[in-house]
Amino acid sequence: MRYLINNLDLVGELFLEHLQLTLIVLFFALIIGVPLGVALARLKWLQGPVMGVLGIIYTIPSLSFFVLLIPIFGLGTTPAIVALTAYAQLLLVRNWLVGLTSINPAVLEAARGMGMSGWQRFWQVEFPLALPMLLVGVRLVVLSSIGIGTIAAFINAGGLGVLLFEGVITANYNKIFSGALAVTVLSLTANYGIRTFEQRAERAIHGAQVNH
Amino acid sequence: MEIFREAYNYFLQNQSFFWDAAGDHLILSFSALGISLLVAFPIGLWIAKKMKISQVVINVFNAMRVVPSLAILFLALPYLGLGFVPSLIALTVLAFPPVLISTYTGIRGVNPSIIESASGMGMTKAQVLTQIEIPLAIPAIISGIRIASVEVISSATLASFIGGGGLGDFITRGFALYDVPVMLVGAIPVALFALLSEIFWSSILKRYPAQ
Repeated sequence: MRYLINNLDLVGELFLEHLQLTLIVLFFALIIGVPLGVALARLKWLQGPVMGVLGIIYTIPSLSFFVLLIPIFGLGTTPAIVALTAYAQLLLVRNWLVGLTSINPAVLEAARGMGMSGWQRFWQVEFPLALPMLLVGVRLVVLSSIGIGTIAAFINAGGLGVLLFEGVITANYNKIFSGALAVTVLSLTANYGIRTFEQRAERAIHGAQVNH
Repeated sequence: MEIFREAYNYFLQNQSFFWDAAGDHLILSFSALGISLLVAFPIGLWIAKKMKISQVVINVFNAMRVVPSLAILFLALPYLGLGFVPSLIALTVLAFPPVLISTYTGIRGVNPSIIESASGMGMTKAQVLTQIEIPLAIPAIISGIRIASVEVISSATLASFIGGGGLGDFITRGFALYDVPVMLVGAIPVALFALLSEIFWSSILKRYPAQ
């Protein structure tokens, strides 16, 4: 505990660095994953092959993936962002796709019957109904990025993993404890924070159904 | 491509070291998986029958899953020291939650009316468990083992940092020399192991009809 208190500045800085890496990954994951999920929901024949490829990527051990990316991207945050965004696709697209495909077809039919355009149907009907599952995907992406992000410190991507690796190399156990504690706090907070959004999105849908 | 040729040459020149490391990697992974199965499977069976305890246990293990694997592995160092045994214990801990939670959900997912008709036919509790509940829960349990296997094979690479040996040794050695081909000699086989494990377990899962 003393290490943590004496080095609160450093730990705080690494904590923010870790959070920043996670948010960048989430940003790219959403930019790629949300349209990909919508495309897969429309083009059913693409689901098998695309999910298969995403599954294979997800299986590659993180340290191996980082090493394989070094010849292309070198060291630093870039290979870490690329690898974490690639991992994130499976978690995000799988859940988002479940959300999109489990919408009752009668609801979409009714929206069409009311004269809604394709965009209106997506933003006003499909998106809110599939949002809780998208948020499940977001939560899993954030948790895996925080977790695997610690390993990314090995390829100089910074973050709380720095404390863990330096602690192991210099046998400074307090450093290991501080790093482990900080990253666990970050994970648990993110987990429960996003959960409350999931519940709110869920309630928004059920509330709407009761009103009608 | 030059980089892969260099990696292949390094592999050829260091074959005995490579096979030792690969062997260590597999021994570490299989032992961690085996021990966690031996311990987590019975606990999963047991808590599936206890409503009150199960909620607490499942919540604890779900929270444990949130702790990054690197943190769990490196926390072994202060408590257990360097070497094979600390790595094995940390990896066993990592494999624990998926096996336990999948056993629990598998058993709880068995249709109660099937259990009722089995006991109506005069089966004892032990018979219901071994002849009805466990066989029906096997697909769920196998998917837990599948997740645990990939997790363990992947995290065994990190065991190299706490002296556990395995293919991660090539990655740490290559990094120290900043020699990418040496790192690849560790990274590529680990990725293949993980993929093979995934293929193996999913082929076994395919034998069970979807419920």
